Amino acid sequence: MNRRLVLRLLALTVVMFGFGYALVPLYDTLCVAFGLNGKTRITDTQTAAADGVDEDRWITVQFTSHTATGLPWEFRPMMNSVRVHPGEVKDAVYFAKNNSSNPIFGRATYSVSPSIAAVHFNKTECFCFTNQLLEGHEAKEMPVRFVVGRDIPKDVKTITLSYSFFNAEQYLSEEDKNKLTASTKRNSAGEG
Amino acid sequence: MATVADDHHDHHDHHPTGLIRWITTTNHKDIGTLYLLFSFAMFLVGGAMAMVIRAELFQPGLQIVDPHFFNQMTTVHALVMVFGAVMPGMVGFANWMIPIMIGAPDMALPRLNNWSFWILPFAATLLLSSFLTAGGGPAAGWTLYAPLTIQGGMGVDLTIFAVHMLGISSVLGAINVIVTIFNMRAPGMDFMKMPLFVWTWLITAFLLIAVMPVFAGAVTMLLTDRHFGTAFFNPAGGGDPVLFQHIFWFFGHPEVYIMILPAFGIISAIIPTFSRKPLFGYTSMVLAVAGIAFLSFIVWAHHMFTVGMPLIGEVYFMYATMLIAVPTGVKVFNWVATMWRGSLTFETPMLFAIGVVVLFTIGGLSGLMLGITPADFQYHDTYFVVAHFHYVLFSGSVMAMMGGVYYWLPKWTGHMYDEKLGKLHFWLTTIFFNITFFPQHFLGLAGMPRRIPDYALQFTEFNVISSLGAFGLGVSQLLMAYIVYKCVKGGEKATDEVWDNPEGLEWTLPSPAPYHTFETPPVIK
Amino acid sequence: MVRLNKAFTVSLSALIPLAVATPVFAEWGLNLPTPVTPIGEGILTLHNWILLICTIIFVGVFGVMFYSLYAHRKSKGHKPSQFSHSTFAEITWTVIPTLILIGMAIPSTAMLIKMEDTSEADLTVKITGYQWKWRYDYLDSGVQFYSNLSTDRNEILNKNEKGENYLLEVDNQVVLPIGKKIRFLITANDVIHSWWVPQLAVKKDAIPGFINEVWTKINEPGIYRGQCTELCGREHGFMPVVVKAVSVEEFDAWVAENAPAEEQAEETQSGVSGGQTLVAVSAISTEDGADDPAPAIR
Ligand SMILES: [Cu+2]
Repeated sequence: MNRRLVLRLLALTVVMFGFGYALVPLYDTLCVAFGLNGKTRITDTQTAAADGVDEDRWITVQFTSHTATGLPWEFRPMMNSVRVHPGEVKDAVYFAKNNSSNPIFGRATYSVSPSIAAVHFNKTECFCFTNQLLEGHEAKEMPVRFVVGRDIPKDVKTITLSYSFFNAEQYLSEEDKNKLTASTKRNSAGEG
Repeated sequence: MATVADDHHDHHDHHPTGLIRWITTTNHKDIGTLYLLFSFAMFLVGGAMAMVIRAELFQPGLQIVDPHFFNQMTTVHALVMVFGAVMPGMVGFANWMIPIMIGAPDMALPRLNNWSFWILPFAATLLLSSFLTAGGGPAAGWTLYAPLTIQGGMGVDLTIFAVHMLGISSVLGAINVIVTIFNMRAPGMDFMKMPLFVWTWLITAFLLIAVMPVFAGAVTMLLTDRHFGTAFFNPAGGGDPVLFQHIFWFFGHPEVYIMILPAFGIISAIIPTFSRKPLFGYTSMVLAVAGIAFLSFIVWAHHMFTVGMPLIGEVYFMYATMLIAVPTGVKVFNWVATMWRGSLTFETPMLFAIGVVVLFTIGGLSGLMLGITPADFQYHDTYFVVAHFHYVLFSGSVMAMMGGVYYWLPKWTGHMYDEKLGKLHFWLTTIFFNITFFPQHFLGLAGMPRRIPDYALQFTEFNVISSLGAFGLGVSQLLMAYIVYKCVKGGEKATDEVWDNPEGLEWTLPSPAPYHTFETPPVIK
Repeated sequence: MVRLNKAFTVSLSALIPLAVATPVFAEWGLNLPTPVTPIGEGILTLHNWILLICTIIFVGVFGVMFYSLYAHRKSKGHKPSQFSHSTFAEITWTVIPTLILIGMAIPSTAMLIKMEDTSEADLTVKITGYQWKWRYDYLDSGVQFYSNLSTDRNEILNKNEKGENYLLEVDNQVVLPIGKKIRFLITANDVIHSWWVPQLAVKKDAIPGFINEVWTKINEPGIYRGQCTELCGREHGFMPVVVKAVSVEEFDAWVAENAPAEEQAEETQSGVSGGQTLVAVSAISTEDGADDPAPAIR
């Protein structure tokens, strides 16, 4: 009798340990669903713009950026803000430049504020969450394509899209590492 | 009804003596004693760290310690007190009292019981040895928030392993408690006849099993984030620092109740005895405990209102949090009603119980204030919070345990403790506790953040008072060690009932309680 | 790490004069500081009401209890009655607190709705928490600077006498206009920080990789001091916030003086429609000739 109860309780323990881990995807789902933490949906352009453009409303989309200490890049939006209609497909461009002479991988996270708007902010093209390589002194434009959903609440007039770039050295895949070695070799060959 | 023959000095089965006895023991009373001694030792260790904190904060400026060491002190003080002092202390009471209270001969799983305890000293050593590593001990607060913990040195890894071990110990202990209560009750001991202490521990044990593994998961993710290239919480890899806080507080809020519910149980045992009246509203007490336990799972984000939640989240967590005041209020009202028109005497355990009811309520009310989201933006992470949780944890859990020790000490040792010194201990503790922590409410409101080693000049006066109180509070606790020691060594013989016609099976046993009890189950009316 | 010998001398010298010897006696703050924003006023009122209700409940409940402790003592010969439940009482003390809570919840919710409305701001300031300083970017004008603790290290180490604003002074203050709705975008560089100015009643976590927003509208000019309130490492206690609220005219003049020069041409080539003034990411402007040079922004 004890044995069965103990086994059940142990099973419950294991389940709860798993539940801790299950909170990770659960939380992500909730974030996207409710715009927690400014997480947004990533969809394709057609779905996002399917409802057509609401030409009666204007929304200001403001861009900001942050480059974390440890990534010797210059990274900034190429425009302060842009005015869009809900349902309209828009492009924005961020500018990134590697100020060091070494090839470096960076990785960006984004966040949309206010969170009530995040749910209605659809990105269809984005450079976030993937490693981006910049050769020494290389400069690059990084495009973002987005659609502000037509269902965005009436009182939202300004949306802020923020990108933060971090050094991705801890998060390199084998392929990334090979690329780094290759370009370092190229560099030293060129210099030699 | 006492079923044990007078054989408690020559036992019918041989058990080893000396150190080996304590290492190999599977006896619930021995293990209970070990837990309580360990708890008290950790209480002194954590208290010493508190003394360092208060000494540094005695005056503005940096006097005694480096800020990094100060952060280690606040962090490890909390970890030691929560996982070393309060939780094991409560398990000590569970071990000693639950089998006796339900008329069982021992815990259901005695060998497991031994392991659960002996994990603890190793876990504590691991935790404290982090001070010897290059980066020192953990310094990111007991909440271990990422990404600050991702920056820490090897001390953080040791802490994570220590937390794993402590978690295993508590879960095993909890399993033991549940199995004991489910399967070992004497015939006739229905669930609704169990003393409230047993009820609170049953519910606590379920809370432990539900949330300790979640915490273990969180710190494991932290560990892999630190060393194995995952990015659960590190934004540099696309992780989310707020996720850690959600998982942590999903554990952390029930954890608070894990520490306080057994204290409610102890109080509910003491007050009726010294009121000479049965506990008022037993059923509603049980329901209130269950209600509090349930609510504890759905309010966690009230610890993190400032992380930036959508309005709907803030409103929901505010309402759910406020709701906790209802069952908690029921408990306080029931205790007062138990005293009402009783025949009251004020021995040391009763003094502690009354102290807990009053002071815990202060902590409860400041908790309600903290739950009001707009106001919380001002209170969050200030000394107001520090004051709040010391009112619930020290004058709630810890003082309840002290009361419990005085209440059952004659049963455990067979001697009465020194009543005069006991009362002195109570008054010193209560007065110094309030001198220490009441001014911290003002400090918090005036704008002093918590976890800072140095402060602006307008906070000086209250910090001086608080530090002086803390030194007094610290020294007073040595008195308790002396009282207990003296009581173990000798003193007036305790009667079997000890108090004036108290309720409960423990009082049907001789004092001291023999090594083996209720080997034949008692008859329950 | 622990400077013990010094500890003894300091604690000894501190023990003798006790509280009397502290260099400056500030007011004994007992409650939240005087707010200077509508939200702050609202929170103070809410706080005072809740505190009052809690106090009344406390006094009421324990008034009854202490009366009982006095009147129902055994030493007075009080005989215990044996009642152990009363459905009426138990329902009463479930229902009444619930009603009180509802009474508290309504104004709190209204307050929250007001606090979360960041729309239609006149001005946006981005705040970034660093270990261990703050950076401010005025998004509309391009003004940007770091703000470091300016208290002399010797004051902290008790070598010099502590100044009036000990630990609450910075090299570059955040200058803000009064009477305007100011929106803060808050993020962090490394670990979580929290930006707090008690008199503005603004406290929001600065989380690396994420952006938070909060707003304020300051009623009157003045200097308002606060601190980082989320443990962020060794110097957590040493990264204060100092807001200098000035009239709109003074603010405009300050902006004109500190805004960066016109943008380089290459930045205007973007083909995006609706492009407005570009964000200036030029050198950090350090006013007052700060002697602690802020690291250049990459
Ligand atoms: Cu900080």
